[in-house]
This record gives sequence, C-alpha cells and structure tokens, in this order.
Amino acid sequence: MEVDLEDEDFEDTTRKLIVPGEPLTSSHAFMRGHGTYVDGEEVVASVAGTVERVNKLVTVRAIRTRYSPEVGDLVVGRITEVQPRRWKVDANSRQDAVLMLSSVNLPGGVQRRKLESDELQMRTFFEEGDLLVAEVQAFFSDGAMSLHTRSLKYGKLRNGQLVTVPPILIKRLKSHFLALPCGVDVILGLNGYIWVSKHVKQSQQEGEEGFDAQAVYSNKNDDIDDATRAAISRVCNIIRILAAQFVPLTDVTLLEAYDWVVEQEGDVKDLLQGDFGEALVTALGGRG
Amino acid sequence: MSSRIEILNDGGYRSDGRRQYELRDITIDMTPQGSADGCASIAHGLTQVSVSVFGPREAKQRSQTLHDRAVLNVEVNVLPFSTGERRRRGRADRRILELAASIKATFEPVVQTTLYPRAQIDIFVSVQQQDGGLLPACINGTTLALAAAGVPLLDFVCAVSAGVHGAAALLDLSALEEGDLPHAAVAVLPRTKKVTLAALETRLHVDRFAEVFRLACDAGQTIHAEMRRAVRTRTQELVAAMGAGPRAGPGEHVDRDVAMDDDAADY
Repeated sequence: MEVDLEDEDFEDTTRKLIVPGEPLTSSHAFMRGHGTYVDGEEVVASVAGTVERVNKLVTVRAIRTRYSPEVGDLVVGRITEVQPRRWKVDANSRQDAVLMLSSVNLPGGVQRRKLESDELQMRTFFEEGDLLVAEVQAFFSDGAMSLHTRSLKYGKLRNGQLVTVPPILIKRLKSHFLALPCGVDVILGLNGYIWVSKHVKQSQQEGEEGFDAQAVYSNKNDDIDDATRAAISRVCNIIRILAAQFVPLTDVTLLEAYDWVVEQEGDVKDLLQGDFGEALVTALGGRG
Repeated sequence: MSSRIEILNDGGYRSDGRRQYELRDITIDMTPQGSADGCASIAHGLTQVSVSVFGPREAKQRSQTLHDRAVLNVEVNVLPFSTGERRRRGRADRRILELAASIKATFEPVVQTTLYPRAQIDIFVSVQQQDGGLLPACINGTTLALAAAGVPLLDFVCAVSAGVHGAAALLDLSALEEGDLPHAAVAVLPRTKKVTLAALETRLHVDRFAEVFRLACDAGQTIHAEMRRAVRTRTQELVAAMGAGPRAGPGEHVDRDVAMDDDAADY
C-alpha cells in the first residue's frame, strides 16, 4: 500500500485512513513523522487515523488521542498538586503540566519582585482542584509543558461549569474566548476542556492598574440568576451532545446549535435524551 | 470431567458444531464508555471481555514512573458471574495476577512506551463471561482498546488458543475442550509474523507443539483481518462525523484553506 508520489493525488492521500501496523511507504524516499515508525525498508503506521504528507514528511494523525501541546495553545486545566515554587496542572495531556510561581500574576502589579512569602502562601492563589485557564509557554526536556497565566485574560475560573470533549474536536480559532449572546462565556481549551460560565462584562474585568488579587484569586462564585444558570446548562449539554456525535466545535457551530435548541423549546435536561443529538446534527448540516 | 462428550466426533465436528480449524464468532464493539480514552468489548463465542484504556497520563504513584518510558499498568477484574461456579475472586488471586502479568508482558514490546516518558498507561480488563480462551480474548480486547485510545502500537496483537485432540489439532477451544485437552495460547504480530506470547498451561508433547503453534499463528492472521476491519470502521465513522476530516495544524491549515478557496472559485 504505497502512498502515491504524484502531487495531484495529494488531496486523496490526506484523507486516507490507516490502522497500526500497515506499511505506508518506503523509508528511503520519505521521512517518518508522528504516528509512524521505520521498520527496515518501510515506514509503518503506529496509530489509527488519517495519513498526512508535507513534502517528504509522512505523519499519521490519530483520530482519538491525548492532547499534544504546542507553544501558544490556550488550555484549561485543574490543579492537582502544590509543590515548591510550582503547581502541577492536569491538562488532559500525557503528563501533568507545570505552572511556575514565577509565571502567574501576583497581587501588587506585574513589576513586583517575587518574595519568599509568596512561596509560603501559594495555596491562597491556587489550591488543589482549582480550575484555571492558561497558555502553553514552553516545554521541558521530557516533553512536559510549562504554562503561564501572565495575562489578565488568564487565571482562575469561577461562575461556571467544565465540559470535557476529545481534544481533536477543538479547532484552532482566532479567539478561544467566546461570548455567546445568551449571556454565557465559553472558553474552548485546545486540550478538550471547555469552560462555560456566566458572562463578565469587559468593563468589569479586572483592569491592569486595578489588578485586584482578591477578585482574581477568589473562590466565591458571583450571584448567578436562574436564566443564566439555565443558559449555562443548555450550552454545556449542547457541547456534550455535539461531542458525542463527534462534531468539531467552533463558535459558529455553537451559536447555530444554541439557536436551534432554543427553537425546539425543550427543557434543558431533555437535551441529553434519545436521538436529540442526531436531530441536532442533521439540523446543523442543513444550515451549513 | 466430560468423558461422555465427544470432543471431535466421527464426522469431524466438535461438541459445539464447529470444524477442527473453525474459530468462534467474533463480535467487536468500540463505542466509548465513560471517561476512558479507549474502549473495546470483544466476544469470542461466549467468552466476553471489555477493556478500557486510560492514558498515557500522569502516574498516580511517582515511585512507579520510569524516566525514559511509560509504564503499563494492567488490572484484571473477573466478574463473579462470569463462570460456571459462582465465586468471587479477589484482586490478589494468583490466577488473575498471572493473567494480568501475561497481558502486560505481551504488550510491553508492542506499545511504543519510549514516546511517553514518566507517564503511565492504565489498562483495565473486565471479564464478563468465560468460555475458554480467556487470555487470547483479553489480549485482543486490549489491542483494540489501545488502538482506540490512540496509543502508538508497532502492530496489532492477535491471539488465539489451540489444542490437540488425539492426532487432530483444534483451534479456539471452548471451556469444555480446554478442560480436556492440552492447549497453548499464542499471540502474533501479523505484519512481521513475530510471536509476542506463547503460553502453555498444560503439558503438550514437543512433537505436537510445532504443528499447534504454526496453526495458531495462521489463525492469528484471520483474527487480524477481523480486528482491522473493526478499527477501520470506527475510524471511518469518526472521520466522517468530523466532516472536515483531519484536524489541521497551524501551518498546514493555511495551505488547506487556500486550496479550499480555489475549489470554491471553480464552482
């Protein structure tokens, strides 16, 4: 089963499916990429997925796998451990990510020197079980990722709900912070963790000069009215059914799905019942 | 135990109506269960196991990790109603530990663990029904679950049991046949035809072993075709559901967008 060398067949080869142990091509003419290995004369697939080729590099992209991070990715994670000068963060990756004390915003402004007392009160910033949104900053030699929250967009999460989907369903978008018109903010983490929360007005977000540690690292939820609660649950359930149908999530899909669901006038909890998912996907296909 | 039942009758049929070299029906289900990264249920006739794979993920105990590769952790749970006599086996039962150790030993050379240093891959096997060929079923199920979880494998691992009755070799023994016959479990990598496991629990004559072994290796190819089809179908479904096909990285994404615009211009 040779990958065709001809360029006109390129589109064809990108869609080709492969399963582990199937030979792809000759190891002399091509370089092996992720999801493949070389055995003698042949490049062989090691995961089930689609074959992709860039010039001489052949890779197989697994259809379902753990999140493989890239620098600059936006991720949502959960603190699993507090260690000296660092937090360990579960980010759906092959090992826990690291958030250094030096890569978070500390109270008292960006320019402030890091003090020993900060190390002693690390739990006042992030505790085990806290959720946060961060950016991938760098990698360690063993492949573990280092995160940072040195932006006012990043930091601790509250007023919402976490939904987990397969990471392949999250495409790279212009912005991963979505504000839906139903008064719900969505953060699409590239690692497949999605945070759905009450909308915070731009003006109410903690500004640069008034960086308020109390508010940023607060563990208390704001008051959330019933309508917002229903909207959050509805968005969460929509994400769940779209993920169950393996539909890639983008801002457009979410908006269309939300509109369609509101048209159906069903109860929020009925969303997860029966064949609602298929109906939703059909409806989305019809519009798109 | 069952001396009155003929293992192989004069017509060449076995007690459950199969021929000598006939395998039992294989049913494979790869729908995701719960939060597992990969899941598979496989049934060889009445033997039924389901396997969940979690990871590669951060190890629960740091002392267990290896700095240069991932650790495989296999746990087998035999449900009390899975066998003839109802009996609860503890997790520390020697037979179960041995089964788990065999599965682990089978997959250690096949999973590309060096890609995931300091990580752990958890494999949870749940035995739902037993009717012979338990180890092969567990191995086949684990292969499928690992493939579903996107864990890099050198190849599928296809296992089958084989035994000898008089001068005749039999494939894929049921519990009844296993009780009476000397038998072996063999796991092969179908592409290279390498053998990653050959387990004998009973005494089998040296002269007969070669024949039984070769037969089992050939049967592995048949099972491979079945498993391959299941994985392909599952992958196909997921790719089709995603519609747009593979997720594009940032660099390639731009290229493909341009290509799509060109297409659109043609219409």
